[in-house]
Amino acid sequence: MSLDDDMREALDMFVTEARDLVQGLEEGLLELEDQPGGGETVNAIFRAAHTLKGSSGLFGMRHLVEFTHVVETVLGSVRDGTLDVSPGLVSALLPCTDHISSQIENLAAGQMEPDSSQAAEGMRLLEGLNPYLQNGMTTTGSEKVAEEAEPAQRERSWQLALNFGPDCLRNGMDPLSFLRYLSSLGEVTDVVTSVEALPEADAMDAESCYLSFDVTLVTAAPKSEIETVFDFVREDSDIRIVPAESELDAYVRAIRAMPENDRIGDVLITSGAVTELEMEEALRLQQERAVRQGTQPEPIGELLVEMGIVQRDIVDAALARQRRTTETRSHDNRTIRVDAGRLDKLIDLVGELVIAQSSTGISSSSETSEAQAEVMRLVDEVRHSALSLRMVPIGTTLRRFERVVRDVSMELGKEVSLVITGADTEMDKALVERISDPLLHLVRNSLDHGVEPPAERRKYGKNQQGTLRLNAYHDAGNIVIEVADDGRGLDRDRILAKAVERGLVAAGTPLTDSEVYNLIFEPGFSTAETVSNLSGRGVGMDVVKRNVTSLRGTIEMDSTRGIGTTIRIRLPLTLAIIDGFLVGVGTSSFIVPLDRVTECVELPPGPPGRDVMNLRGEVLPFIRLKELFTIPGPPARRQNVVIVEQSGQRTGLVVDSLLGELQTVIKPLGILFSRVRCISGSTILGNGEIALILDVGPLIADHSDREQTRQAA
Amino acid sequence: MTARRLTVDDELTIITAAEHRERLLAALADGEGVRIDLAAVGDIDTAGLQLLLLARREGDRLHVPVEFVDPSPAVTEVLALTRLEL
Repeated sequence: MSLDDDMREALDMFVTEARDLVQGLEEGLLELEDQPGGGETVNAIFRAAHTLKGSSGLFGMRHLVEFTHVVETVLGSVRDGTLDVSPGLVSALLPCTDHISSQIENLAAGQMEPDSSQAAEGMRLLEGLNPYLQNGMTTTGSEKVAEEAEPAQRERSWQLALNFGPDCLRNGMDPLSFLRYLSSLGEVTDVVTSVEALPEADAMDAESCYLSFDVTLVTAAPKSEIETVFDFVREDSDIRIVPAESELDAYVRAIRAMPENDRIGDVLITSGAVTELEMEEALRLQQERAVRQGTQPEPIGELLVEMGIVQRDIVDAALARQRRTTETRSHDNRTIRVDAGRLDKLIDLVGELVIAQSSTGISSSSETSEAQAEVMRLVDEVRHSALSLRMVPIGTTLRRFERVVRDVSMELGKEVSLVITGADTEMDKALVERISDPLLHLVRNSLDHGVEPPAERRKYGKNQQGTLRLNAYHDAGNIVIEVADDGRGLDRDRILAKAVERGLVAAGTPLTDSEVYNLIFEPGFSTAETVSNLSGRGVGMDVVKRNVTSLRGTIEMDSTRGIGTTIRIRLPLTLAIIDGFLVGVGTSSFIVPLDRVTECVELPPGPPGRDVMNLRGEVLPFIRLKELFTIPGPPARRQNVVIVEQSGQRTGLVVDSLLGELQTVIKPLGILFSRVRCISGSTILGNGEIALILDVGPLIADHSDREQTRQAA
Repeated sequence: MTARRLTVDDELTIITAAEHRERLLAALADGEGVRIDLAAVGDIDTAGLQLLLLARREGDRLHVPVEFVDPSPAVTEVLALTRLEL
């Protein structure tokens, strides 16, 4: 199926929204498992399923509609209180969210319907839900969907209060004939005829109508149809049609299940409790009174109750529906989705603005310099807020681990609860996405190796249920994410023994505890005695470290034997800005990431061509940037060495001049330069010149490779 | 003491209501009790029904026995429709 552009756009929106919904569904389920009583949560996940079903219908995804329908039905029973939340139910539903999620990803990739294996998987999952479906409902959704689409077909019970006008008889309208006609609409189950209005014999006018009737009518006809029966007498009669008391719950439930709407009137009309005519009338009255009394219009709900059009319970339910809508709306208004590309463009522009502005900074008169300072301040603020646009709370990512913790601990037969703190801590969206995988590995690792099985925990007098903590906080321009377990802690001796065995350290090397713990991050290190399928294959921790390092972050480990382990990841708040150290080589400028720089020294005189120097008795290899980048011109009279550290290896970079620290916005290199190594990006300096940002890792690695080939030759 | 017999002929509707009302009240005013024969009622509407209800209430008020006899099918139908008994 080919999609035109409009469709494509709508589809993209749907996919984004659906991902959120599935995520909400999953989080809600996990929350429910913890606190089965959460009425709001039940409502929220039911709505999520409902919306998913509705939206997939719009895109003609029949499979997803039918699948989600069953899930929704089960959730509906939970919401109605006829089905209790059990771990079994959650376990049956969670894979369903996975299935929905994979269908959405399929759609994102342009595949409308599942392939046969996925369809089979869907069927299998639905069978798993069978025990939770009531009244032997079958799992073939389509006919039920249709049924639900026309709730008006259901028989409902109505309470009719008929107060005919005194003149109706003279006008040729006989109330009795209305009663007769009602029987043709449905079953009139009760009539109470009131003679109270009948005056004394002397005062009675034989041609006026004094009788009034309260009729109970059971009919499948919608309220509007009952209403039309009384069209001819509406003018001078008082006709009220309200849902019967016994129906109230049904209405309230129906209203709760309704899609969101910001007008209470629409909610009430859709529910069938109020007709459009009645609503018009109420609105007219509302306006009339407001004008007459010169006050704020009364709430329409109040008016409807007062007019006897609908019961308070129903209005309350509709109000709750509306209030919820208002809440979500206002939330929607607080957040808007923006294409990440546009955001990057903006930040890029702001970056250039900062640079352009700083180059106009030199001014003579004090008047303009004041204005300059103000502009500078504002530009700086703009830059800050532009950067903060990229910031998202880390909570969404952390909460995803609820599912991981649940599944993994079940698989391992352990009991672990996840505690998340600092979910509001914000960090760059790009970082959040890229840190998610390393975190996943750490979480699995903690569950696998850290937290002990229940029996072992009991033996050591610990709470049988282990705790895994995910904590995030800001610290000095960095974000720190901690993964902490209260498990058995690291075994220093075993790690050291293993490291010696693997040749990572020499036997007898004096190492501090933290140095020993950090050996875990060395490539090819694994201490797990049994290799499980989760972790312990010796790949992972080093990959985690590499990933964190590539994000310009650090990782460290802290552990107390028998008490637990804490892994701390420290990352810059954003990848868009770098704290750099500006150096000059010939006429060119380079930026070295400041966190890689350990010290700067003057290049000692020595024979040219020998690219090593003596640094406090140690041999320090260095790279002449001038040669590396073949920058023309004679070398400066005095050269400096910037010493950088990468993976414990120190290397010097020989430069002409040290120009100091600066914070700068990183501009990525164009596609043309995407294969260039040693350069990670560029930035524009205050004087309008371009400085290249050095990528220290590959720079050093490439250099030592070259050295080796040279020596071999 | 003999109750007065009041026969309502063919129509007990708004067209004849005023007339019936006079007859009815006159009969009640006698104080002897009224037997209202409804066998011949071919047509009855709300106005007619009101009159019957009025008659019963006036009877109660004046302590005059009011009896309805032989309701015709038309009357029975209306009573059933309004869930009233006479």
